Amino acid sequence: MLIIVSTWFVYLFVILSYFYVIIHVVYKVGDVLLPGDVFSFQMPESITDSKPEKVVCGPGLRRNGDEVLVCKSGILRHKQPNLYWIDSQQRRYVPGKGESVIGIITAKSGDIFKVDVGGSEQASLSYLAFEGATKRNRPNVQVGDLVYSQFIIANKDMEPELVCIDSCGRANGMGVFGAGGLLFKVSLGLVRRLLAPQSEIAKDLEKMFPFEIVVGMNGRVWVKSKTIQQTLIVANLLESCENMTAQQRQTLFRRVADGSI
Amino acid sequence: MKPLSGFRSYCLYLTISVRSAIQTKEGTGVMPSSLSVQMTTQISNVKSPRQSSSFLFTSTMDVCASSSPTLREFGCEQNLLSRPDGSSSFVQGDTSVLAGVYGPAEVKVSKEIYDRATLEVVMQPKVGLPGVRERAREQCVRETCEASLLSTLHPRSSLTLVLQVVHDDGSLLSCFLNSACMALMDAGLPMSCLFAGVTCAIDTDGQVITDPNAAQEKESRALMTFAIDSTERRVMMSSTRGSFTVHELQQCIAVSQKASDKIFQFYRDSVRRRYSKTL
Repeated sequence: MLIIVSTWFVYLFVILSYFYVIIHVVYKVGDVLLPGDVFSFQMPESITDSKPEKVVCGPGLRRNGDEVLVCKSGILRHKQPNLYWIDSQQRRYVPGKGESVIGIITAKSGDIFKVDVGGSEQASLSYLAFEGATKRNRPNVQVGDLVYSQFIIANKDMEPELVCIDSCGRANGMGVFGAGGLLFKVSLGLVRRLLAPQSEIAKDLEKMFPFEIVVGMNGRVWVKSKTIQQTLIVANLLESCENMTAQQRQTLFRRVADGSI
Repeated sequence: MKPLSGFRSYCLYLTISVRSAIQTKEGTGVMPSSLSVQMTTQISNVKSPRQSSSFLFTSTMDVCASSSPTLREFGCEQNLLSRPDGSSSFVQGDTSVLAGVYGPAEVKVSKEIYDRATLEVVMQPKVGLPGVRERAREQCVRETCEASLLSTLHPRSSLTLVLQVVHDDGSLLSCFLNSACMALMDAGLPMSCLFAGVTCAIDTDGQVITDPNAAQEKESRALMTFAIDSTERRVMMSSTRGSFTVHELQQCIAVSQKASDKIFQFYRDSVRRRYSKTL
C-alpha cells in the first residue's frame, strides 16, 4: 500500500502586480528563454482595438518599469487564462510561504526550535506549533529529528518561520516522522513533478512495491520500505530519473521491477 | 582550417560540431565578405551506464572575413559537478576553465550585507597558491557578476563562485567570465542580463586579434579584455595592459561587441539543448 504524505502541489506565485498593458508576447509558450530577454512591453497608444489584459507573472519573470523581463533561464509555461512563468531547473531551495518542507531540527533555544531547511537561513519552529501542544505539554522533539512542516512566514527580509499545524489547529500529516527510512536530496524540478496532481513518476513508482514516501518542496525526499534493499532501490531510482525522458524512465522501472527480489 | 585537435569531451553525451564551409580543402584565394555558413551536424549518441545531467555543446566558427572577428572553437558543459548548486566548464581553443557556484547560502555575520547578497569569487590557478594576479582577476569577475545579478532578492546570504584553471592558453580572463555566466545561469540565480568576455590583442603591426592564444598574447603590444552585456551590448568591465591609442581602443570595443553576438547565440543554443529533454 502506497502512502504518500504530501500536500497538494503548490507553486508559489509571486504576484508582482496586476497592470493594464496591452500584451505583445514576443516569445511563444514552450520556448527556452535566457535572463535579460524581454517578455512583454507596452504597446504605443495608437493600437486601441486590442483589449488590455491582466497578466500574472510567476517565478522567473520580473517587472521592470513597463517591461516584464526574464530573470532565470528555462522554459516559458502558460496556464489559462493569464498565468505565465519560467520553468527552470535548480538545486538550491529558497523558502516560500505556504510550501511544505522536510526540515532537520538543529537546536533548541528558548521557546523555539531551529530547523535546517536547506535555504540561506535556518527557520524557526515554535514549541506551540504542534497539535495538542501547550506550555505544560511540550512536544517530544529532539535535535536531529525530521519534521514535515509548512512555512507561514517566508520572505527575503525576515527569518523564515515554520508550523506543524494548519489553520484549524490540526496536524494534517505534519509533525515529526522518520523512524528508520532514508533521507536524500533531489533537484527542485523533480520534486515539483512528483507532487504534480497527475504525476506520471508517482504512478510508475506505485507499481513497483509498497513503500512510504515523504516529499518536501525543498528537494528532500524520505523513503521507507519493508527491507533496506527496497528502500535503496527506490532512492536510487528517484535520483536517477531526473534527466530521463518518460520512455527511458519506464523502461528502467520495468527492468528493475522484473529483476527485483 | 583549424583542426579540432586539442578538444576533449568530458562526458559521453550528444555532441554537435558545427563547421563553416567557407574554406574548402584546397584553400581559397579571396574570402567572400558575406558570410555563408554551411552547417553540418554530426550527432553521436553514446549510451552511458549512469544518467547524469550534463550536456556538452561545441561550436566552431572559423571565419576569416575581414569584417568579422575570429574566435577559437569554444564549447561548454553545464551541471557537471554534483556538489555545487550550479557548475559549468568552458573551453576556448585550448584554454579550459571549470566554475562552481554555491548559493544563496548562509553567510557569516561579519560578511553579511543587510540588503543584498554577498558575492565572493575564488580563483584557483593550475599550480601553486592564488597570488596577486588571481586577486586582480577575481575583482574583475566579481564586479561584472555583481552588476548583472539581482542580488537584492537575497539579502543576508552568500553567493560563492569558485573558478579553477584547467589549462591556460591565452584569453584566460574572458574564459573565466564566460564560464562564470554559464555557472550562474545553471544555479538558477536571478540575473538582469547575461555577460560575455572577449579578449583582443594588438600585435606589433597594429592588427587586432580576437581571442589570442598564449603565444599571440606574449608578442602583443596591448591586451584588452571586455565584458559585454547581452541586452544593449555595452561594456560592463574592461581590463587592459599595454599601450594603445584611443582609436585602437574604440576599434577593439567594436570588434568585441560583434564577437559577443556569437557567444550569446552559443549560450542560447546550449541552454536550449540542455532543456530539450524536458520539453
